[in-house]
This record gives sequence, C-alpha cells and structure tokens, in this order.
Amino acid sequence: MWKVLRDLLRHNRGFAIGVALLSFVLAIALLSFVSPYSPLDSYVVPPDLPPCWPYVLGTTSRGQDVFWTLTFAIRNTLLFGFLVALLSRLLSLTIGLVAGYAGGVVDRALMSLNDTFIVIPLFPILVLFYFVMRDRMSWVSLALVMACLGWAYDARLIRSVAMSLRTREFTETGIFSGMSMPRILVEEHLPYVLPIVFSTTMNNINWSIGLEVTLSVLGFTDINTPTIGVMIYWANQHTALVAGIWWWIAFPVLLVVITFIGLFLLAVSMNEFIDPRGRLGRGAP
Amino acid sequence: MHSYARYLLRRLGQFALVVFIGINLSFVITHSTPIDPVEQTISAATSFGSTSPEAIAMMRQSLRELYGLQGGIGEQYLAFWKRVAVFDFGPSLSAFPTPVSDLIWRALPWTAGLLFVSTTITWVVGNLLGGLAGYLRDSRALRFAGVLVMGFHPIPYYIVAFVLLIVFGYLWPVLPITGGAQMNMARGFNTSFVLSVLQHSILPVLSLVMVGLGGWFMGMRSLVSNIVNEDYVVYAELGGVAPSKILGAYVMRNTLVPQVTGLAMSLGGIFNGAIITEQVFGYPGIGSLLVDAVHAGDYSLVLGLTSVSIVAVSVAVLLIDMLYPFLDPRVKLAN
Repeated sequence: MWKVLRDLLRHNRGFAIGVALLSFVLAIALLSFVSPYSPLDSYVVPPDLPPCWPYVLGTTSRGQDVFWTLTFAIRNTLLFGFLVALLSRLLSLTIGLVAGYAGGVVDRALMSLNDTFIVIPLFPILVLFYFVMRDRMSWVSLALVMACLGWAYDARLIRSVAMSLRTREFTETGIFSGMSMPRILVEEHLPYVLPIVFSTTMNNINWSIGLEVTLSVLGFTDINTPTIGVMIYWANQHTALVAGIWWWIAFPVLLVVITFIGLFLLAVSMNEFIDPRGRLGRGAP
Repeated sequence: MHSYARYLLRRLGQFALVVFIGINLSFVITHSTPIDPVEQTISAATSFGSTSPEAIAMMRQSLRELYGLQGGIGEQYLAFWKRVAVFDFGPSLSAFPTPVSDLIWRALPWTAGLLFVSTTITWVVGNLLGGLAGYLRDSRALRFAGVLVMGFHPIPYYIVAFVLLIVFGYLWPVLPITGGAQMNMARGFNTSFVLSVLQHSILPVLSLVMVGLGGWFMGMRSLVSNIVNEDYVVYAELGGVAPSKILGAYVMRNTLVPQVTGLAMSLGGIFNGAIITEQVFGYPGIGSLLVDAVHAGDYSLVLGLTSVSIVAVSVAVLLIDMLYPFLDPRVKLAN
C-alpha cells in the first residue's frame, strides 16, 4: 500500500496537491494543542485589530485571536467530518456489500431504501431536528443523525463493486468451501472495496463539513463550540463585514475552502487511480 | 405501451415509498424529542409578564390542538397523515392567523423557478462543456475551464453565495443582493416586473450554477473519454462523418442516460443548495421561510415546509423517472 501511495504522489499531480493542502490544514489543526488561549475565553486580546504582530490574522470583536480560534475551529470541524464519515462508512459498507452479494429480493428492497435516502432532501430534516432539539443538541447527536442520513450514495457504489465481485471465481470457491456470508464479505470482498471506500470517505467528509458549516452559519448547531461555521456565525452576529472586520470571515472561509479542495483532489485522484482506463487515458506512465 | 405502464407503476411505488419514509421520519423526529413544543411556545409567550393560570390552560389546550398533539401516539400519527394529505397544517404562529399553506404557496413559486432555471442551465452547460472537454482532449481553453469549474465544485453552496454577496454587494455593487423583485413594484406580467425578477435572480442562479457545473462536467468528461475509444466512434471518424455529428448523435446521445440518472439522484442536494442560497440573498422562497420559521419558533410552519420539501423533491424525481424510458427503452424491460 505504501508503494501505491508513493507512486500516486509522484505521478498524480492532483493527489500530490491534495496531500499538500491537507497536510497544511492538519498542521494548523494540530497547532490548537499549543494555543495560549482557551477557545471559550473571550476578551483576552484587544478586539478588532487588523492582522499585525503578534496577532497574525487579526482579532475578533469578541476579543479573541483569529489565528488561535481558527486552529480550534478547523480541528473541531475536521473531527466532526471524520466522525460522520466513519459512522456512515459502517452503514454504507454493510448495506452495499450485503445488497451486492445477496442479490434478488434483498438487493431490491435495500436499493429501494437506498434510493429513498438519496432523494429525501436532508437539509429540511436536519433543520427540523435542530428545531425540536434546540439546546439539547450536541455534536455527537448531530453526527449520528447525519451519518444515518448520508450513507445512501456511497452504498450504491459499494454495491456495484460487490455485484461484480460476486461473480468471480474466488467467491464461488469460498462458498463451496463453506464460508459464511459475513466471512466472505469481510475477508474476501472488503480489500477490493477499500479504495472506493477511501475516495467516498473523502467525499463524505466534504459533504458533512459543508453541511456543518451551513447549519452552523445559520445558528442551527451548538454555537458555543468553535467550528468554522460557528466562527462565521459569530462574525455575522457582530456584523463584522459592515464594521470592516473582514479578517474574521475571510480567514475561516479561506481555510475551509483549502480543506474542501484538498479532500476533493484526494477523492478524484483516488477515483482515477481505481479505474485504470482513466490512468491510460491521461497518458500517465 | 404495456411495458411503460409496468415501469410507471414501479416508479410510482418508489415515489410512494419515498414520501412515506420521509414523512414518517419527520413524525419520528418531532415526536421523539425531549422538549415539548407546547411548553416551549407557552414559556416564550408568557415570559414578558404574568398570565392567569386559566389563560395558560386555555393556551395549552389550543396549542395541543394546533400542533396535533392530542390523544395517544396512534391518533397523533393518523391526524398527522391526514394533515399532510389535505395539506393543511393550521395557522402559522409567527404570521398568525395566516394558514401555513398560504405562506408556503406564496414562497413555492420562487423556489421552483429558481431551481428549474439554475438546474437547467447547470445541467445543459455542464454537460456541453464536459462533452467538449472529453472529446477535444488537447484544448487548453477547455482544460482551463475544467480546472475553474471543478475548483468551485467542492465548496458548499453557502460559502459561494456568501462570497458572491460580498463581491457584488460591497466591492462592485452592480447587482441587487436581496429580494425577489424590487420592493413596492406592481406585480403581474408587465415588463418592468419581469425584468426586475430576472435581475434579482441573477446572483442566486449564478451561485447555484457555479457550484453545480463541476459535477456534470466531471461526469460527462469521463463518460465521453470512455466512449470515444469505442469502435463505432472510431469507425465514424474514419468514415469521414463530421465531428459535430459524431459528438451530437453518437457520443452525447449515449451519455445522456447516466447523466439523467445522475440528475434525478442529485435533485435532493440541489434542493438543499437552493434553499440555503435563498437564505443568503433574501430570496422569498422556501429557504428564507424555513430559517425565519425556526428562529421564530413556528412549529407548524417548519413541519409544513419539511413535508412540502419532501413531497416536492419526490415529485420532481418521479417526473424525471417518467421521462427516462424515452431516452433508454431498455429500462422498461429491466427488472
């Protein structure tokens, strides 16, 4: 696997740029552990200062240093994205593999369910969830709900791989040897599915961070924990743009855009790698 | 025709399933919360002074009736479904006594128009660009366009809308940034109103299109690059068929099928993006209504909007599904 990654880094420019961008973002997130200020304190520095030294990205109207708040914000946002992606992987892998393997009625039933969750507009349902939970809503419960709603698209991809694997000889051999279905799925099919899972994980992280940013900006999440969306929410609450404090909004937006593009590049380059025809088509060695 | 009828029946079944699960999901969410919406509304209404206990009791009773929370859980379930079927969610609290359905009917055309226009533009332009990029592999202009379009694709709708708001609202204020049409203008099909509507829709449509193009571009480009190596395309090229005809009749025609499927699958996401964009630009559609309703604590309106969103997206997907066999007749026969 390391050889694969090294090859990707060397030959696939999209992958290399994606890794570079994400390393940058991760470095900033890790800096949060050495932050001199606690994320929940306010008025620890003079407010409304433009980027200068030592406040490299300026300060907010609440007297917080933009840079150090940003490190916490991106760390929480990334953690949330990972959590949702991880939980929804479990669901999409289970449903995709079982549907692709079993076929027949089970497959059709699961795919009807799957298509349902693809069609249902998720934003109104999440807003409804916030509306009824209000202050009781925690990040973990939001992550759980989003994971239970966001597995559908990837389950379909995994299912198509599983269907093609079902017809291969080693699967038949496994069945004749008396392996149970779960054992076949985990031991034989899972390794083939992992590259797709990797690229769908990147996409899912993008999707969940995007949804989190959107919900937080509207104030529909726990606005006391700093995340990128919550930072923008508070900036809007303090009418930062009108007051001319553009750095409060610009830097979170910039950082999250870098995150999105990095994850996206990783997902796309992984996809290209999985489909060898794409590699040949691009004239790659 | 017989097979089309069977296909239609299957699609209607799927539609019914989506609506059923979606509305049930709303019901489960609203009824499994630890917070009682009646108590919430009462505490909000009585927080500014003293109210007599009899008044509070009356409020509680009428609110329970309004929110459909009377009786056991079974009765509530049936009452909920009856409301959705008849599309009557009672009066809205924040705009009392206007019925919720009135508010929704007023907002729905704006959202529908925005969605229809932006989705059409995004799908058509994205597919055209992607098809050209896949066919003419060496064009630098198309490669640059591809990088640009794919650069915007992963960014969530809110941020793109927000950036456009800043650019066209503060830095270069040439376009209107709020409202569906100019305020206090006489409504109707006269030219000035229509022009005003178009002008106010430029920014929301632009923000939706910018984000959406990338997806169709990428999909179309990879589909086309696979098809150009097929035998029949090579034969046509060798036979001297004009490139435009090859692109139109041979290549793109075959790629339409998966792209239409993709359109049906992404309508939910596009709907999400549209209602968020509406909120940013103050466009008087469902999005602004939803956010305002949540902030005002208007339970019936939020519930009504959620149900309407689910049904509307399902209907749109059903319509696309109904057109599908005309593009690919094999679908009718597939099981």
